[in-house]
Amino acid sequence: MNEWIAFLAGKFNYWGFIVLMMIGIYAIIAKKNLIKKIIGMNIFQTAIILFYVSTAAKRDAGIPIITHGHGMSGHSARAVDYINPLPHVLMLTAIVVSVATLGVALTLAVKVYRQYGSLEEDEIADSIRARAGGDQ
Amino acid sequence: MSWPMDMLILVFVIISGIGAITVRDLLGAAILFGAYSFLMCILWAIMGAVDVAFTEASVGAGVSTVLFVAAVFRTTRRTRD
Repeated sequence: MNEWIAFLAGKFNYWGFIVLMMIGIYAIIAKKNLIKKIIGMNIFQTAIILFYVSTAAKRDAGIPIITHGHGMSGHSARAVDYINPLPHVLMLTAIVVSVATLGVALTLAVKVYRQYGSLEEDEIADSIRARAGGDQ
Repeated sequence: MSWPMDMLILVFVIISGIGAITVRDLLGAAILFGAYSFLMCILWAIMGAVDVAFTEASVGAGVSTVLFVAAVFRTTRRTRD
């Protein structure tokens, strides 16, 4: 029992990442509103960024700026004292990409609303079907 | 780095994420998504990723909320789920 509590509590960031990812994928699949789907996509993206930032975190480590670096050329920095900065740099790119995809997705949603007068997926499908039936 | 604070903020992040996809008003969903992004930014600042945190605070909580509100005002607030 104690091992289970330690297992669940020791990696709780990863459990939170899994829960957030499932919330995002549920919103993408099950919600019918296009804006809700876009919010779900963004939650999915931030969950993956949370996973990468969690892999970089260390206990009892400072932010990755070398302390006492100036004037001590013979002194080498110990990697144990610093959080791993490589996943942070990768995830900075991912955040910028996510806001670009958000802008494109919202633009497409606005265009769909102007064309069909609705943001609900089933109403859009109905009006597409009605237009196709009217042509024949 | 304080781990109970980390866990508390993570619970708030999950609650606001569930709220953002369940509320039946798109403007409310946009504002709740802004709160989600800002709580996520606080979580990353606690975990030591300060550069990711302030990029998320400006881009995720700032620009994304503005884009969502602009899109909602150009379309409709009504939603069925």
